[in-house]
Order: sequence, then structure tokens, then C-alpha cells
Amino acid sequence: MIAWTIYVTFAGAVAALLVPRIAARAVALLTALAGFVISLCAFFVPADFSSFETVVRVPWVPMLGTEFHLAADGISLTMALVTGLTAVSAVLFSWDVDERPNEFFFWLLLVVAGSYGVFLSADLFLLLVFYELVIVPKYFLIAIWGSTNKEYGAMKLTLYSFFGGALAVIGAIAAYAAAASLDLQELSRFNFRPELQAWAFPVTFLGFAVLAGIWPFHTWAPTGHVAAPTAGSMLLAGIVMKLGAYGALRVAMNLFPQGYEMWRDWIAALAVIGIVYAAAVALRQRDLKFVIGYSSISHMGFVLLGLATANALGVGGAVLQMFSHGVIAALLFAVAGRMIYRRTHTRDLDALSAMRLSRAMPFAAFTFVIASAASMGIPGFSGFAAEITVLIGTWRAYPSAVWVTGIGMVLVAAFTLRGLTKSFFGDRAGVDTTTPESHPLAPITAAEKWGAGLLMFSTLAVGVYPKLLMDRIQPAIEAMRWLPR
Amino acid sequence: MNYLQLLQLALPEAIVVITALAVLTVGLTRERADDLATGIGVIGLVAAAVAIGRLPDSAFLFGGMLVVTPLTALFKLICLALALFTVVLARGSGFTRHAAEFVGIILLATVGLMVLVGTEELLMIFIGLELTGLSLYVMTAFDRASRSSAEAGVKYFLFGSVSSAFTLFGLSLVYGMCGTTGLNAIGQKIGAGPIEPLLAAGIVMTLVGLAFKIAAAPFHLWAPEAYTGAPVPSAAFIASGSKVASFVVLGKILLVGFAPAEGSAEWHRVAAGWAPLIAALAALSIIIGNLAALAQTNVRRLLAYSAVAHAGYTLLGLLAGGREGFGATLFYTTTYAFTLLGAFGVVAFVRRETGGDDFAHFKRLRRHSPLLAGCMAVFMLSLAGLPPLAGFFGKFYLFAAALSAGENQGLLWLVALAFFGSLLSLYYYLLVLKVIFVDDAASTESTYAPAGFDPLQRITVAVLAAVVLGLGVLPSALLGRIAAALP
Repeated sequence: MIAWTIYVTFAGAVAALLVPRIAARAVALLTALAGFVISLCAFFVPADFSSFETVVRVPWVPMLGTEFHLAADGISLTMALVTGLTAVSAVLFSWDVDERPNEFFFWLLLVVAGSYGVFLSADLFLLLVFYELVIVPKYFLIAIWGSTNKEYGAMKLTLYSFFGGALAVIGAIAAYAAAASLDLQELSRFNFRPELQAWAFPVTFLGFAVLAGIWPFHTWAPTGHVAAPTAGSMLLAGIVMKLGAYGALRVAMNLFPQGYEMWRDWIAALAVIGIVYAAAVALRQRDLKFVIGYSSISHMGFVLLGLATANALGVGGAVLQMFSHGVIAALLFAVAGRMIYRRTHTRDLDALSAMRLSRAMPFAAFTFVIASAASMGIPGFSGFAAEITVLIGTWRAYPSAVWVTGIGMVLVAAFTLRGLTKSFFGDRAGVDTTTPESHPLAPITAAEKWGAGLLMFSTLAVGVYPKLLMDRIQPAIEAMRWLPR
Repeated sequence: MNYLQLLQLALPEAIVVITALAVLTVGLTRERADDLATGIGVIGLVAAAVAIGRLPDSAFLFGGMLVVTPLTALFKLICLALALFTVVLARGSGFTRHAAEFVGIILLATVGLMVLVGTEELLMIFIGLELTGLSLYVMTAFDRASRSSAEAGVKYFLFGSVSSAFTLFGLSLVYGMCGTTGLNAIGQKIGAGPIEPLLAAGIVMTLVGLAFKIAAAPFHLWAPEAYTGAPVPSAAFIASGSKVASFVVLGKILLVGFAPAEGSAEWHRVAAGWAPLIAALAALSIIIGNLAALAQTNVRRLLAYSAVAHAGYTLLGLLAGGREGFGATLFYTTTYAFTLLGAFGVVAFVRRETGGDDFAHFKRLRRHSPLLAGCMAVFMLSLAGLPPLAGFFGKFYLFAAALSAGENQGLLWLVALAFFGSLLSLYYYLLVLKVIFVDDAASTESTYAPAGFDPLQRITVAVLAAVVLGLGVLPSALLGRIAAALP
């Protein structure tokens, strides 16, 4: 059943391109909803979440030994769910796109379809096909519909993604050359020579991690996020960065366990640097989207740190954080990009602080408070559940890293609160010239309310009852062979 | 062996030759013969394709002068298909009053390609090279009203004839040392003893000529001129048909004739032979082609330099050798040919509408024809090697073959270089798409009256885009045939 998410979304993408321009957004919404409902059903149907269970398996290119092979375990289902969730809200938050809407929703749905594909692939070649398929739609989404230095941001993001993808492909080809197979299950049982693992693991892991925003290869993320249209930032932060982390887990760590053992200290170090560095940078930004962009890198640092712990709790927390950050980042970008920027035409924190937006847009302020709280890791929201799990896992592997990460978390709270107060609860009355009283801000639309409500509900639900996800994630991780027993 | 049998086996070539003569006659006798010439040409090419379908499964004449195998049949079909698309796209281009002669020369060049593909003997290889080459020189200089066309023709001719001389010299040395002109026999002779210096010189000279044909650096200098100056259909045929046939013949010469002299290009284990030579050509082509393409602002020049880079990638398959490697090379060069033919189709459209093919001329393409703009996106992204297009699978298969060859991934250095080159190439291919899809809003009205494409030509380009997409989604359709045809 879950395989239909891919087919439906691809079909919807083509349909969105062909229908009359007025109907494009409706088609996109229906498609995204269909994908979401399917992933939701698949998520709640009881199954054996520990095994990577085959859904579809058809021979594809016999000469290469690759198959069209889709499978799902608890991790895949969780990631498919966050993809569906983000896709629906991204479409809702781009309800006002009226420049070339057909193409816009075509590229948007291609990103979504490719992401479903990555999360469900059980064949290495297929996974890479979907992974690289996502690259170009992002370029067009940003370069055509973006803002602020959009062509630079789009090209940088695309080249970084392709660079990472190329590294991952090199690793995949090396694995294929050694094992003569492309089936992920088979490869994860194959014992690669340690000399091969010693170079193939870092190449593959780094290749995927570029897209997850690993320091120092993170610089595409802030510029890309800022330049992207709202739905583009939501998809980028919500799903695309997760593709990288997922690939690092599913491919690099699963295939080359010895290489992982050799290199995981370095990954942990880079992750911790990323958490603290990005948070510190975010503290000094003047553009609200840059603040959120750097916060994404900081939060993705938790994912990478969790992946480096080599224990079930840490890695499980990393997957939980992927879900949690997907929802929260989408929400933050929705407020910054759609609710604020489309109405005030500025994201400059000083300018915003003069506008008293909390009074002009109470719903937006409410949403942003919730999102910020979740982002800071206030208990009761998904961010807390995920980060605390990662940190407990880290405590077992790298106790010293937890202390440094603690500094990072303080910084995260600091810049989040700074962004929140400056954007909505500014006190610089009297200097306001940008929004005269005669031009009140447009009211929040129903589409925005639904999209924001959906995301807020998700982060709250997972925060209150994280077991819902952990019950599915944990068995899948415990089944992975590199876990010390 | 009687002559009737020979005629039967060479029937496809004979049909194309007769068609060419018929087209030339029509052009001489009638004033405006565009449509008639195109029609006859298309019919002749289709008839030749049918004749290929009726050939026996295998035949070997005169020590390999004419070879019929599933592989030669497949590639003759591909050459015919490329010629067919070129003939259709050339219609109504308006650069010449002698359209029939142009079609006739395309057909003669096609015969040359078929001879090249269908032989395993040095003399016939040289005849094929010359027949193709001479036809292409004429096609390049065909636009008599244009200085750049004449310049391109002269440059192409001078470079081409010098490299032909090299090849002929090399082939004669090889013949002198081996005493035979059949590739199989040469392979046995070379394998029997140590490699004499004179033979090595012969091998190197031969490779120089072929490197010129495939536009590998540093023998690529003619390509930018020819691609830019020649009439668009000529450039398209040079970039597609000539390249496919040259790679087929280069593969045969290296992997059959010179196989025992391979040596090794693996890191730390370099051994004398043609492999290090080809590796150097590949590395240079990838570096020079991609770097030079970065600086271009003319789409045809960009395609020319990128063609140099693609020649470099394709050579990786020959280095890997074996069925896998040769199969990967053939798949890659075929899909590349279709892609480039389609891209030149779009260029031809833009040129007719706006009178040029610089980046700026592509600004309004999306408004004039969203279909062709979409097709151009397919071609560019396939060249960059992105899924789900043929270029992605082609590169993956090629690089997988190169890494699987030998022990310890000895060719990893070249594969890594090729990936780096692909990264550069994505940048300049995206620049083209940026002009088409991003910049168009800012463009102003142009003063040119649209001359346009007829629906058939639009469909042709769309079909090529569909082929590129189709071979990316279902590569087995072609790869299966290639694999089945390789011995």
C-alpha cells in the first residue's frame, strides 16, 4: 500500500503540469492529501516494524542486477509520514502562488515523490535515482519563485546537493564493485574488506551528510533556505535535509559497519561543532529566515550526533529528531515566509520589531510561539522528546560531548527567544513607517490556519506521546547489525 | 562467395547509396525539391532499415571487410535512425537553395558510418573514415552565404586530413609489422610476441586519428568551430552519428585488434600499452572540456566543449574493457547521440526564430514553445547525468564498469575525476536552463519574425526527448540488445 505514495505523487505532479492553471493547486492539494493519508494508514497498520519488509519487487535492469524494489520498516514509515505531513502543509502554504502555478506544483510534487522514493527504496541504485531526482526541482523552485539572492542560493544548493550525491554514488559503486549486488539487504549482510570500508564509509557518509547540513559543508543551507519560496523552505528543511540523514543511516552505516566504527568519533565531533557553531551564528542574524536557517543546521547536528552514538537510544533519538525537526522547521518557515514576509515584505528583525505584529496577527504570533517553544525543546513538544533521547544516547557514548552540546542548547534558546521577541513582540513603538494604519495586513487565510494547525498538532502529539513513533523506530534500529550487543 | 551473396549482405548500404544518387538526381532536375528530396531520403533510410532486419545472423566476408553480426546490425540501425532524424530536422532550414544535395550528402555520410560499423578490417575502416569525413567537411561548409560556415569547413578539413594522414600512416605501420589487415589476425600477431617499437608507433598514430574523430582533448580543437559555424543539422550529425560510429570502431580496434597491447592505467600499477594513453586522453578531455565549457555564452560552443568532456567519460568504458566496459561505452555513446541530436533540434528552432544561438536568444523559448523548452530541459539534465534520464543510467553503468575492472578499484582516480567533471557540467547545463526558465520574464520583444518549425519537426524533437527519458527509465530496452549482441 505504502508504495502508492510514490505513484500517486508522480501522477499528481504530471497532472498538475497539464491541468488549467486555476486547478493546479487543487490537484496538488489532493495529491499531497492522498499521499499523506496513505502514509498515515501504513503507519498505523500493525506490522513487523523491525524487518525491512518488501512491498514491491520487480526486476529492472538485469545487466546491472538492479531491481525496482520497495520496502518499509519502522524508520521508513516514520519518514514517509513526515513527508506526507510536510507536503500537505507546504501546498496549503503556497495556496497564493499565482506565477506559473502549474510548473510550481509540478516541481514541488516531484520533490515530494522523490522523497517518498528515497525513504522506501530497498535497492541502492533505486535509492540514488530518487535521491538525485530531488536535486533539480529544488533549483527551479528557488530560482524562479524565490527571493533574496535567489539565483545564487539556488545554484549553490544544487551544486552542493549534486556534490554530495556524487560522493554517495562513488561509495555505492565501490560497494557494487565489491559485492556484485545492489540489494540493500544483501549488501548489509556482505562483509566488505576493512580497507574498502575505511575509505568508502567516510565518502558515502559525507556524501549523504552534505544534504543533512553537516559542518563544514552546511553553507548551502542558510542561503538556500532564505532564497527559497515558503513551500520550498518547508520542503528543504522538513524533508530534504532528512533525505541526507536517512541515506547516511540506511546506506553508509548499514553497509560499512567497520568503517563506521573507525570514523564515528569524527562524525560526533563535526556534529557537536555544528550544533554550537550554527546556534552562535544564528544569534547574530538580522534576517528572520537566516535565524531559522541556521537553527535548522543546529538541530540537524543533533541528528548527526545521535547517528554517531552507535547505541539504539541515540540512533533512535536521531530518527525521532528527524521527524520532529521536519515538522517544527516547516512550521517556523511557514510563519516567517508566508505569514510575515508575504504581508510585510520584510524579514529584517529590526523592521519587524517596529510593527507590533503580535497585535496585527494574533494567530501568527500564537503559531510562532508554539513553534519556538517546540524548537527550544520545551517539554511537551516533540523537540524535547527527541533531543533528550539523543542526549541520553550520547551520554553513554561521548559524555564530554553532552556538556558542549548543553552550551549549544542554551544558545538555541537564546536565539529562538531573540527571534520571537523581535519579530512579534517588539517594543520599538513610534518608528513604524512601513505599515501605515491605512493598509492593514491581510488576514490569515483558512489554508494557512489548516496548515499551521496540522503541524502544531503533530509536534504536540509526538511531544506528549513519543512512544507512538519510538515503538516503530526502535525495533527497526535494534535489528541493524552494526549495533553492539 | 559470389557477388550476388555480397550484394545481399551489403544491401542496406547499397540502398542508401542508391537513395543518395536518386536524391542528387532530383536536386539536379527540379528547381524546388526540398520536400521531394526529404521524402525520398526518409523512404530510402527506412528501406535500408528493413533490409537490415532481413540480414542473416552472422557473416564474415573477405577477412572481415564486411561483417554481419547482431552488433553491427544494431549499430547500423542506430546510424540510420540518427540520419533519419537529421534529415527531418534539416527540412526548411533555409541556409541553402540546394536542399536536395544536402540530403544526398547526409546519406553518403551515413553510408560511411555503416561501413565503419560493419567492418573489422583496417582498409575498410580507413575507407569508412574517409567517406564519412569528406561528407562531413562538405556538410560543414554548406552554408555558402556564411563566413563562419566556410571557416569551420576549412578548419575541420585541415585538422581532419592531417589526422587522417596520421591514421593511415599508423595503419600502414601496423600492417607492415603484422602482415595482415584483419583485426582478429592482428590481435593474434600482437599477442604472439613482444611489441616492437615500430608497432607501438603504429598504434599511437592510429589512436591519434581516432581521437580526432571522437574529439578527445588535445585533438578537439576543430570541434568548437565545426559545432558553431556549421549549419545546425550538419553540426547535429557530426556530434551524433559520426561519434557513435567512431566509438564503435575505436572499441573494435582497441579491444579486438590491439587487445594484447593493453597495458594498464591503474593507479600505482601503470604498465605500458594503449591503456595509459587512453586514460590520459580521457583525463585531459574531462578537464579541458568541462573547464572550457564553463566560460561559454553560446549554446553550440558549450555543447562542443561538453562533447569533449563526454568523449572523456565514454573512454572510461573502453579502459574497463570486456563485455561490461564495451557495452557501457556503446550504451553511453548511443544515448548521448540521441540527446545531442535533440538538443541541436531545439537550437535549430531557436536559430530560426531569433537568428542566433547565444544564451540571450533562448530567453523567449519557453513562451514560444513550452514543449521544446521542456525537451531542452530533458536533454540538458540528461547530459548532466541526472535521473530519471538516460544520462544518469549511462554514467552509473559506465563508472560501475570502470570501478569493477581490475583489482582494488585501480581506476578510481579517473572515476573520481569524472564525477568532479560532472559537477562542473551541472553548473553550465543549469545556466542554459536558467536562461530558458528563469530569465524569460525579464526579456523584451525581439524583432525577428518567427520562421518556425513544422509540426513534424516538433514531434521529432519530442520523440527524441521521449527516447532519452524512456532509456533512463527502462535502460534494458537498449542495454539488453547491446548485451545480447556483444560476443
